[in-house]
Amino acid sequence: MDKETRRLKRIKRRYRGEITFRVLSVSAIVLAASFLVFFLTDIIRTGYTAFEQTVIQTELTYDADTVEIPQLAVSEEMGELVSRGFLRLIPQQVEENPKLMNTTQTQWVLAEAEVDQYMKGKPNKLSEEETAFVDNLKKEGKVKLVFNKWFFTNGDSKLPEMAGLLSAVIGTVYVLILTMMFSVPIGVMTAIYLEEFAPDNWFTRIIEVNINNLAAIPSIIFGLLGLAIFINLFGVPRSSALAGGLTLSLMSLPVIIISTRAALSSVPDTIRQAAQGVGASPWQVVWHHILPLSLPGIMTGTIISMAHAIGETAPLLIVGMLAYIPTAPSGVTQAATVLPAQIYTWSGDSLRAYTERTALGIIVLLSVLLLLNAVAVILRNKYERKW
Amino acid sequence: MLKVLLYFLIGVLPLCYAAFYIGRKKARTGELESGERFHSRPGHYGWYSVIWMAVPSLAVSFIFTILGSSKIFQVPFTMHITTILLIAAFGLWYAQKKITKGLKARNFIEKTIKVMLITASLVSILTTVGIVFSILFESMKFFSHVNFFSFITGTEWDPDTAFLEGAGRDASNAAQAKFGSVPIFAGTFMITLIALLVAVPVGLFSAIFMSEYASNRIRGWVKPILEILAGIPTVVYGFFAAITVSPLVVKLAESIGFQADYTNALSPGIVMGIMIIPFVSSLSDDVINAIPQNMREGSLALGMTRSETMKHVLLPAAMPGIVSAVLLALSRAIGETMIVVMAAGLQPKLSWNPLDGMTTVTVRIVDALTGDQSFDSLETLSAFGLGFVLLLITLVLNVVSSIVIRKFRKQYV
Repeated sequence: MDKETRRLKRIKRRYRGEITFRVLSVSAIVLAASFLVFFLTDIIRTGYTAFEQTVIQTELTYDADTVEIPQLAVSEEMGELVSRGFLRLIPQQVEENPKLMNTTQTQWVLAEAEVDQYMKGKPNKLSEEETAFVDNLKKEGKVKLVFNKWFFTNGDSKLPEMAGLLSAVIGTVYVLILTMMFSVPIGVMTAIYLEEFAPDNWFTRIIEVNINNLAAIPSIIFGLLGLAIFINLFGVPRSSALAGGLTLSLMSLPVIIISTRAALSSVPDTIRQAAQGVGASPWQVVWHHILPLSLPGIMTGTIISMAHAIGETAPLLIVGMLAYIPTAPSGVTQAATVLPAQIYTWSGDSLRAYTERTALGIIVLLSVLLLLNAVAVILRNKYERKW
Repeated sequence: MLKVLLYFLIGVLPLCYAAFYIGRKKARTGELESGERFHSRPGHYGWYSVIWMAVPSLAVSFIFTILGSSKIFQVPFTMHITTILLIAAFGLWYAQKKITKGLKARNFIEKTIKVMLITASLVSILTTVGIVFSILFESMKFFSHVNFFSFITGTEWDPDTAFLEGAGRDASNAAQAKFGSVPIFAGTFMITLIALLVAVPVGLFSAIFMSEYASNRIRGWVKPILEILAGIPTVVYGFFAAITVSPLVVKLAESIGFQADYTNALSPGIVMGIMIIPFVSSLSDDVINAIPQNMREGSLALGMTRSETMKHVLLPAAMPGIVSAVLLALSRAIGETMIVVMAAGLQPKLSWNPLDGMTTVTVRIVDALTGDQSFDSLETLSAFGLGFVLLLITLVLNVVSSIVIRKFRKQYV
């Protein structure tokens, strides 16, 4: 073999190496993207069925007996198929509407979770007789799937067909408002101090290093802090929205500080010098000029940190926000739960009917996050100024 | 919350406005009467009296509330209200007395604002101090019961008798509770290792693609898509790992003749790896991009192919940055909670087999703190002991990572 063919061979080998490398790097991207696609389709595939809920048409008898023992309101066979949770509401219905007493009504009633699973063609625990009965009802058109509005109007429940997201959504709103109330003013003020006022000395450097470290501490450690300081030392009620909000606000503080500093430093120095030139005091420079100009950037950072806070679960579990909350809390010191914690408790339940509800809860959570991030992107594109 | 809001709306705000109005009026009439301009604008004198009225009284009110809620001393409500109203009235009176032509109200306001800003930035320091002290304090309590050395080197974790004690039952007959953390840390490192095995190759090659092969347009698409992976809440990943990946792993293992546990270490590891891909890829991409263009061009000019340039020139130059990205991802994976809580096991097990059920530090912390035990039980305290070690590990990783990246920045940027 002469020198020339060896050279050609070597070049061939090197080009082959080049192609392999390129293929590897493209396949890494494809792999990551397909993870994402697989993950999203899997969640949607599991969860979309929960958008519908089975209802059964049945006759309901309202009289003194059924108020005492609600199971008597429907026929015995129906009693197995209709949601027990719905039947339990009968006394309350009569109380609210006394005219119902001693009447018989034909109504569409929420079905048991197992019937619901059967109707959706999923594994269920119905006996053969029961499935035959349901098939019969189906032929008569007395059982059907309708839009699951209960999922959005009910709180949590031990019966899967009655379980909804409402109390978790309200808890999330409470926690989020508290988090913003504490972390946004303090975060923005810290950022203003560090960016506009702080002299370059050891104290400032300590604060800076400290903030960077806080941003990297695992979120569960903030949960331990919340438990030890807010709950045990200051006596904030356990599993309350206040405890959760305080804990989360400490956690989102570094994110807000860092993004606000970036927004402030993107305002060019000429603005500061011009304002100082016409006699503005340092605070007037900031309040009249720098802050309004950097507001879009601050808002974007705040929204993104809120999106983080909404999805955060671990520290909230530690401060006890995984309590069973059937009705929405009416104050910040009452026990509350939040969306991700609700997802966590449902996912741990052994009843199969909870799985699709968990997935639907996840779809709701992801949609909220998508919406928040979209708002942040739009804000940035619309108002961000390039100097 | 409504009460606090009302307190501000009908109590504090109108009072502040009144103080502002009085102060400004005093300055205005003063200017008119004397015919000379005061040092600052009338509005500044308004703010001056607001500060004197509100700041001391609100501070006292805050201290009272803290005292009350931490159960040191409960201040009666009427005493609370009268005290702060008296302080407010005194402050307002003092401010009015001080408002004269020469008073530098603007400078005073500037100073007050600066003090407020400094106070706000102290909150982040206080947070760190709070974290360190609360965890240190509780874990000291734990280590006064359990030998630190046996905690670090023990291979058996069996807190059940501690649970009995915590539940108030007599535990003298039962065996001694054992707090050997080796299996817990072994599980943590096994799951973290699996996560890194997924995240480092995928993340690194993604970064190489984005920085060297992709056009700007494609890069503008790919980078945000990868970053979505880091933005998905971890509880969602946990559900995915437990419901979809775990059964898949068990089925695959069976089909090639292995026995896998449903709480195996592999599935949370893989899912966690997916989650931290963007931590590796984004920072590595930034670092590779920051290498000066002339190094790239010099290498290409010598006849190297792009991949050879990457392997022999760019990657060695970017190595510190890549290392620091991997360290950051590592610290993120060690501290990650929800994925392992939902998909990994509860029982500590010392094993080399990733198909076995394993537990991690964060799982044990959550498990110990979400039970129904009294706060002083040994198992609850063990959570703080574990948290202390976790905090230490992540802090060291972060510090090393930031030192490494600073070296890189000094060299090239």
